[in-house]
Amino acid sequence: MLNNVSRSVETGTAHRSVPEPERTPAPPGARKRKSVIRRELQHFRNNRELFLLSLPGILYKLIFAYIPMVGLIIAFKHYRYDLGIFGSEWVGLENFRYLFSTDTAWRITRNTVLYNAAYIVVTTVAALLLAIFMNEIRAKWSKFYQTALFLPHFLSWVLVGYVAYAFLNHSDGFINRTLQMFGIDPVSWYQTAEAWPAILILVHLWKAVGFNTLIYFAGIIGINSEYYEAARIDGATKWQMAAKITVPLLAPLVIILLILSIGSMFRGDFGLHYFIPNNSGFLYGSTDIIDTYVYRALREIGNVSMSAATGFYQSVVGFVLVLVANGIVRKINPDHSLW
Amino acid sequence: MPKKFELSKMIIHLLFALLSLAVVLPFLLVIAVSFTDEASLTENGYQFLPESFSLEAYRYLLDAPDILLRSYGVTVTVTVIGALAGLLLTAMTAYVISRPDYRYNRATTFYVFFTMLFSGGLVPSYILITQYLHLKDSLLALILPVLLSPFNIMVMKGFMSKIPLEIVESAKIDGARELRIFFGIILPLSTPALATLGLLISFTYWNEWFNAMLYIDDPNKVPLQLLLVRTLSSIEFITSNSEFTQQLGIDLSSFPNNSARMAIAVLAGGPMLVIFPFFQRFFVKGLTVGSLKG
Repeated sequence: MLNNVSRSVETGTAHRSVPEPERTPAPPGARKRKSVIRRELQHFRNNRELFLLSLPGILYKLIFAYIPMVGLIIAFKHYRYDLGIFGSEWVGLENFRYLFSTDTAWRITRNTVLYNAAYIVVTTVAALLLAIFMNEIRAKWSKFYQTALFLPHFLSWVLVGYVAYAFLNHSDGFINRTLQMFGIDPVSWYQTAEAWPAILILVHLWKAVGFNTLIYFAGIIGINSEYYEAARIDGATKWQMAAKITVPLLAPLVIILLILSIGSMFRGDFGLHYFIPNNSGFLYGSTDIIDTYVYRALREIGNVSMSAATGFYQSVVGFVLVLVANGIVRKINPDHSLW
Repeated sequence: MPKKFELSKMIIHLLFALLSLAVVLPFLLVIAVSFTDEASLTENGYQFLPESFSLEAYRYLLDAPDILLRSYGVTVTVTVIGALAGLLLTAMTAYVISRPDYRYNRATTFYVFFTMLFSGGLVPSYILITQYLHLKDSLLALILPVLLSPFNIMVMKGFMSKIPLEIVESAKIDGARELRIFFGIILPLSTPALATLGLLISFTYWNEWFNAMLYIDDPNKVPLQLLLVRTLSSIEFITSNSEFTQQLGIDLSSFPNNSARMAIAVLAGGPMLVIFPFFQRFFVKGLTVGSLKG
């Protein structure tokens, strides 16, 4: 019915457009453009109710996602709060020159990329192994273990910070007291930079492994059970089935997830790197990542332009990485690419 | 042969039991410390089994519950409003781009999806919210920045795409308009996806600390997670918080600093740790309810 109505409306406008002889004859191109515009307006009218439904979301994204993109120009300015974004003085690439002249840029880039790579590799390997093992035991038990392993997922990094502190606290922490019990000197963990790559990878694994195990476990359950039945009839052992059926069939999923994770290589985990080392200045060399540096430069050091330049660098390189990762995945298997 | 199977199963069980223990024990340490007598903490350090059990820390905290209760109030308010508004916006936007007959379907999808790939980052958003929208110390600063996630829109869209278009078309023949179709037909049909996403959004709001760190200074508007941040970042926070100590009129030297810290963590984080595991399956379902690609 609505279609009928709209069609009659359409013919109505077409009819109205005919008797306008007094107007100076426009060149044919312009008339064509005009009718295109008119037709587009008509289309818009037909779709306006749906458009209205999407309008709040569109406006929201405009204000909170697209306008900040314009704000990236701060990276090329000497920002002053009293002058605002557009009033502040342009300084060209000076902020970047300064950023890359110190070793900070190198340090935070290296840390961000290496930590992300380590997290991905360690967590993926552990989660895959656990998922395969989990498939070998009864559902009742695997549910129980899943819940236990999943528990840290529900905690914010702040709370995990408390847990870490209970272990690492210098004078009373569990680890140092245990070391002392065995006659070993206590370690000032929050001042010992060398220990932190291991600590952070372990804490990340602790928090993330349950969730990732569930993802791969869901993938294994999704594998057609006929493969396993056929293998069982042929006398294959459980381990042969895991090695010859489960792993090869999961491989595409794993590879795709790994490549896609290249796209987020430049996005660090702020919570993990801020709360677990308790923002300790002694540790910046081995814990500081782009995200924590951007935050500190903005809120603690108060250097807005430097913070903005670093953020710009992160946004742009991150964007390129996503494009590259998606391009690779599209080459391998278009069904799995993001777009 | 069967015996060998059993052995391998035992090893697997042993492995999982040890891992589960390794995951759960750290929580127990925090809880144990919160129940340990302060003097025993300074003498023996943090132990899983308190040498002398004490409720002192909880007594101090619950004697002046205002701070904790206020934080719970802020967090609950932000979570409820944010989840409801966020869910509605997510569903509206997702529905529109799930309609194959919508003319601006692809353009809108791109518009939403692009924000997932590229962002202005921290500084422009910070300046927008503090200098232009003047939302510093407003609860809106906690709600708005995470209101509408493109990821959730895509998940929701995946679900709604599976609703047959014929339902919409027949409703149109009956004279229903788009708004009515959406609220009267589409939303009720999407309850499973709405429940899952609603839980995920609530969870995000409950555990959100970043925006609170950026935008909240007013002590009356500190959500739970920010209270935790402040307590963690300075050991002396509790004792230096004049409001707290004045109210209690306490002697600072006898304040159970270590155990009170952990007690705050338990009181603020404990309830969620009990509630959320019941919804565990939703968290996995959130990933599968709609495939990312439409």
